[in-house]
Amino acid sequence: MPDQPPSPTRLTRRASDALEIDPDGPRRRVLVTGLGTFWGGRVAQALEANPAVEVIVGLDTTEPTVELERTEYVRVDANYSILSRIVRATRVDTIIHTFLVMDPTQMSQRAMHEINVIGTMNLFAAASAASSTVRSVIVKSSTVVYGCAPEDPVWFTESTARSRPAREPIERSLEAVEGYVRDFAEDNPHVNVALLRFSNVIGAELETPLTRLLQLPVVPSIFGFDPRFQFVHEDDVIKSLLFAFNNDLPGVFNVAGDGLLPWSEVAALCGKRTVALPPVATGFLTSPLRQLGVLDLPEEYEGLLKYGRGVDNHRLKNFGFRYEHTSTEAVEAFIRAVRLRKVVGENEPSYRYERDVEQFFRHSPAVRKDRRQA
Amino acid sequence: MEQDDSESKQSPSNQTPATPRTPAPTPAIRLDPAELLNQEITLEEMLSQAGSGAGHGELVQLPQEEPRNPDALDDRRRSDVNEWGRSEHMREIARRVYDPIYKHWFRVEWEGLEKIPEGGALLVANHAAAIPSDAPVIMHGIETELNRPVYGLADNFFRTIPVVGTIWNRLGGLPAHPDNAYRLLREQDQLVLVFPEGTKGPSKTYSERYQLRRFGRGGFVEIAMRAGVPVVPIAVVGAEESMPTLFRVPSIARALGVPYLPVTANMLVAGPLGLVSYFPSKFKLKVLDPVHFDVPADRDRYSRSRVMDESEAIRDRIQAALYTMLRERRSVWFG
Repeated sequence: MPDQPPSPTRLTRRASDALEIDPDGPRRRVLVTGLGTFWGGRVAQALEANPAVEVIVGLDTTEPTVELERTEYVRVDANYSILSRIVRATRVDTIIHTFLVMDPTQMSQRAMHEINVIGTMNLFAAASAASSTVRSVIVKSSTVVYGCAPEDPVWFTESTARSRPAREPIERSLEAVEGYVRDFAEDNPHVNVALLRFSNVIGAELETPLTRLLQLPVVPSIFGFDPRFQFVHEDDVIKSLLFAFNNDLPGVFNVAGDGLLPWSEVAALCGKRTVALPPVATGFLTSPLRQLGVLDLPEEYEGLLKYGRGVDNHRLKNFGFRYEHTSTEAVEAFIRAVRLRKVVGENEPSYRYERDVEQFFRHSPAVRKDRRQA
Repeated sequence: MEQDDSESKQSPSNQTPATPRTPAPTPAIRLDPAELLNQEITLEEMLSQAGSGAGHGELVQLPQEEPRNPDALDDRRRSDVNEWGRSEHMREIARRVYDPIYKHWFRVEWEGLEKIPEGGALLVANHAAAIPSDAPVIMHGIETELNRPVYGLADNFFRTIPVVGTIWNRLGGLPAHPDNAYRLLREQDQLVLVFPEGTKGPSKTYSERYQLRRFGRGGFVEIAMRAGVPVVPIAVVGAEESMPTLFRVPSIARALGVPYLPVTANMLVAGPLGLVSYFPSKFKLKVLDPVHFDVPADRDRYSRSRVMDESEAIRDRIQAALYTMLRERRSVWFG
């Protein structure tokens, strides 16, 4: 995958091409994977508002959880076996691949492998078929691929190799995914491939192993270690995916808020005390708690709670992206939302996907298509 | 064209009559639960914010940033731990505790401190004593005399020890990774201290004192070249005698998973306390002339032979300076 420092000439052409939204120009046809997930749904909503996007097709195993006006939802199996038919039939030019599992506590290793590795493999197989019309691919990966080891630099750049071989299932899984992305980019030089690696995502809505840790009565830490964490706000994640889409960003990009926070400070921001776990045999000693469901600590967090991880976010900034939130602000936004939820409870989803209703609104001649302009 | 109040407040300049099309509203992207229901941001607004208020032109010129100050913190922070893990508060405490040791125990004397240039520089010194006493002396000395922080790059073994690793990091210690050195030197104009001998320096026995070991693979020269900063060699006399290693016990070291396990003279004299106490040897440090490399910065690779030659030349100069200083030294304890 091309990963040189941003070359001004290439950027000029790309940026001006994409920013001029010409109403008569070619309009983009986009395929979003993981429409039922938080990411896919939010990305599709944002794309719907963009007049330069003509068609949005969303794939997922589950129904969308957000209200969508013109996105076409297609139910698929976890590993997208019918994908090449969809790509051929819809003639999409852009794929936004958000359907990658980052939270290994929510499913078995096998299920995660099916979604991440096999799903991505099929996706790229479809996108690189001879008849494929795909010209742009955006993949949402994670900084988990850098791993976590005492040898690590404080800031990983996009080209820094990880210090130790991947051991945890989630790391190996994402490494395989990135391998497919690299191969695809190499074999299809005419396709613009953007690989975004997101740091610990936090915000008002998203639930991750990390946000669950921070909502425990006391926050676990490892004795004698105060690692530093970087966060990215969930809105910045969406914003960066759209930024990559609009500007046809080429290559690999870290996406993470400015600043690294010591874990003790993160806990303090959340108004929590930390309780120290023993620094040796942590996994062994916490496994009973894990079995009981008290502590939902994925294996890769053991390293993270010792050494933390920081990634250099300059490459994306040099292309003109501006973050709305620093690491601290992202944590604050999260804790404000937690406080609100404590008072008013979980807000009920106001939307439920009904196939017939959605079909009616999209395809019935009775529905006035210009209703959005009203 | 109808404007929502919150929308026009957000970026009034963005709504020019040249855009006749009203983009379809999209649910809030900046999500604050309280504002969720009544705030709307359009994609184009987001785009213009992404471009930071500038048109397409500014995207083209890549913003060249000023040397950044690593201590510049977000004003919402609760602690002063900076982006390298260094805390000025912790450093202040350490300075207060260490200053008597520096002044009255080791009685440190510097020569040539004025040779340390403004801006970034890679400080390179000989390394000694079973638990190295030279790193704190150099870091404390430069911080108090020149009022500049020094970041010490050390073996990442440090980082794996509970408590010690964290304190080391808060006091300005970092794992020796080229990326760390590059960012500190190139982008932040800081002083970075490395010991190119690595653990080979402190692990040597008393009989080998002041005999410099191999300078790694010359990585420090390559980092300085890439960062475009000079190397400033420093010769340290006194550290060797502060905690001399009599012999090593490699088998136990292996069993414990530590780089080396010394039996020091301090242990014989003070028992277990010898692990943490130094002999009061007189410290003299000499800053040698900075070495500038006449090569362009930011290259991926530099000539291997050139790197090795420069590394060897710096090693020779430190070694020669050490011999000169030892020739002039009358007493280990009084200098």
